[in-house]
Amino acid sequence: MRIEHADVVVVGGGAAGLSAALAAVETFAAAGRDDAVVALVSKVYPMRSHTVAAEGGAAGVVPGGADSAEAHVADTLRGGAGLSHDDAVRFVVDRAPAELARLERLGMPWSRTDDGRPAVRRFGGMTHPRTWFAADKTGFHLLHTLFQTSLREPAIRRYDEHVVLDLLVVDGACRGVVGYDQHHGETVTVLAPAVVLATGGYARAWGTSTNASIVTGDGLSMVLRAGLPLRDLEMVQVHPTCLPGSGILITEAARGEGGVLLDAAGERYLADYGLGPVTPVGAPEPRRMELGPRDQLSQAFWHADRAGRTIPTRDGGVVHLDLRHLGKAAIDERLPLVAGLARRYAGVDPVTTPIPVRPAAHYTMGGIVTTPQGRVLDARGAEVPGLFAAGECASTGLHGANRLGSNSLVETLVTGRAAGELAAAPSAGAFPDRAALDPARAAADRWLAMRGRGTEPPAAIRRELGAVLDAEVGIFRDATGLARAQATLDELNARYQEVRVADTAAVLNTDWAQAIELGAMLDLARGAVAAAIGRTESRGAHQRLDHPQTDDVARHSLAARGDDGAITITWQEPEP
Amino acid sequence: MSDEPTLRVTVTRQEPGEAPRDETFDVPYDDRTTVLDTLDWIKDHAAPALTYRSSCRMGVCGSCGVMVNGRPVLGCETSVAGYRTSGITVAPMTHATVQRDLAVDTDEFLAKLRGVNPWLLPAPAAPAAPEDDPAATVPATVDVLRVHAQTPGQVKAYQGLSQCIDCMLCYAACPVLDDVAGFTGPAAIATARRWDLDSRDEGNETRFPLLVENEEGVWPCIQVGACTRACPKGVDPARAIADYQREAMGG
Repeated sequence: MRIEHADVVVVGGGAAGLSAALAAVETFAAAGRDDAVVALVSKVYPMRSHTVAAEGGAAGVVPGGADSAEAHVADTLRGGAGLSHDDAVRFVVDRAPAELARLERLGMPWSRTDDGRPAVRRFGGMTHPRTWFAADKTGFHLLHTLFQTSLREPAIRRYDEHVVLDLLVVDGACRGVVGYDQHHGETVTVLAPAVVLATGGYARAWGTSTNASIVTGDGLSMVLRAGLPLRDLEMVQVHPTCLPGSGILITEAARGEGGVLLDAAGERYLADYGLGPVTPVGAPEPRRMELGPRDQLSQAFWHADRAGRTIPTRDGGVVHLDLRHLGKAAIDERLPLVAGLARRYAGVDPVTTPIPVRPAAHYTMGGIVTTPQGRVLDARGAEVPGLFAAGECASTGLHGANRLGSNSLVETLVTGRAAGELAAAPSAGAFPDRAALDPARAAADRWLAMRGRGTEPPAAIRRELGAVLDAEVGIFRDATGLARAQATLDELNARYQEVRVADTAAVLNTDWAQAIELGAMLDLARGAVAAAIGRTESRGAHQRLDHPQTDDVARHSLAARGDDGAITITWQEPEP
Repeated sequence: MSDEPTLRVTVTRQEPGEAPRDETFDVPYDDRTTVLDTLDWIKDHAAPALTYRSSCRMGVCGSCGVMVNGRPVLGCETSVAGYRTSGITVAPMTHATVQRDLAVDTDEFLAKLRGVNPWLLPAPAAPAAPEDDPAATVPATVDVLRVHAQTPGQVKAYQGLSQCIDCMLCYAACPVLDDVAGFTGPAAIATARRWDLDSRDEGNETRFPLLVENEEGVWPCIQVGACTRACPKGVDPARAIADYQREAMGG
């Protein structure tokens, strides 16, 4: 096993990880620590991270206009349905404009108003236009701006295509990570006084998902194995407008720009499901019709589908997202990616033909319990020394039970930066001694022992996992379906103990890496289902047909993993 | 799957330190199946060790570049429907070192990209300051809400070149790299140009010598245009390189 040292380890090279790494570098530089090393460890090259697929934009109040931080806070809290925390929302909202401006100064190609200021667009659930955007490739440009900026920093030592296997926890403090170098085919432990997890969510576990194949909950699974809790795993956002079959995202910005949703009869069906009254075509209004919150739009689709109002296809019912009235020029200017995706993957030109869409799993609100600044907390609410988390993997209290579109990209910047600064602070911790490495070696050996053994084909487990989550853990849930899901997941988990890893190669063993990812997705799915069973109410993204009421008191679910691998759920009221 | 139509998919495989070999599979497909889907099928059903990269499956992450019948493409964007009679041969991208099967070295490309300083550079006010000093980019006392003014027209000047997804298809396509392996290459030069054409960037005098006072900068390019034709995102590296060559010759 290779042993290396760094001053901060950042796991994940998406927007949150790159923000954390850049902030850590700046913090060390300001403290005169010229020799500091920030290890950026990622299972892919950073510019391949799933941030790249974010389309619509990033929310931040434009100073000097009608909008206000209070309004952004209020909108976010309303979306969070009782599970957002005032302090976490306030923390991100207050810092959002400065972070978006910082990205501008780094060269982010924000779309502009005619007089040269960054432009904003409307987004679902937001009362004012406050979503900064770069056409409909905001995440792509954000990621490349951050990545290219990171290339100028010699203090950032990249560990590209290194699979992190486990956290190195010594006496209750995180002191590094145990990983595997896919290029050289060897285990590597990176020791550091502080670790920032920026590993993304787990929505790829669902069969129909907007997420890239890499979004498998790896970091969350590590945290569970380290004996730490995960919060609100049942809160999974289903995006209402995705291409049938592939699940490819058609951004909410398409509706923010004026796109409308039509049923099989060409009716604006949302008006019949509590989202009306109908707004004129091409004149969207905040929080109504197509700009209602995502959960309500997905729920409306479910009802319309049940009522026979959707258009049947081999991938299930679809509705039509109609952009035709926007005209070719506006579509090419503001929604070029959407137009290209529709042409290539749905075979329709949105200039002349509506796009068929249906819902798909999109974003996981729950995750690693942290403070607003990204300090990881244990089950008793105490800080875990040396461990931080930011971005989709973290549950800071920002999104609560339902995320508003464009709040997550800005969260990656704000919380990523805060976590990176804290991780680089002098008080963060010290290197462990050599005895601490014995568990690291043992952990690495356990993971390596998966190779060349097992009988259960991983592809079948992955397929069945996706199918049962699609069927039972979607827009609406009930006790019967969730019990079915739990039984299926228990069976899949038992089979996973004998998962077949045929490839024994040392270099770029993706058979093995994907089996590890599958294990993480199973952990997260079991946690999500257990929490969904226990949450006998409807709130935000968690809607129970058999429990349509919302409890008076909002509670968080906390999932923990026992030494036997069993997942248990406890319930916790948010701090006042 | 007896009634399903199948496609002949030949994959060029290679273990580290060994010679390449071709393996052929009959892969079920329909009108929507992509090259990447066929690789996934092979990995799931026939050859678990098959090694290739992929992630977003929507043509934006740049992971899944391969040669299909000798042409560099993104696997996730390439439908196999047009190949039903010929079948396909999937090989690793050319002009890159094969790591394993279809996965090729990415570090050589990233070194070339880094070599053009692909970040926003300030005016070279203090020539003695080290170019990597982050404090030089943003003064410490900066107003946290300060942004540059940039009109939509000024964005348009570099927008096309900013679409590069670092997929390296243009390197696979470029015939110059047959002879000049060290050529900075299309994507890196296009990205340099992206920053030079950005009204906020002051780094032209830094990047220009890197590209024109360097035998392996813009000069190896003979303007075949293969890079621009190969680009899946409509970037025009050939034009960017030609513009640098013309400027260097005083045009």
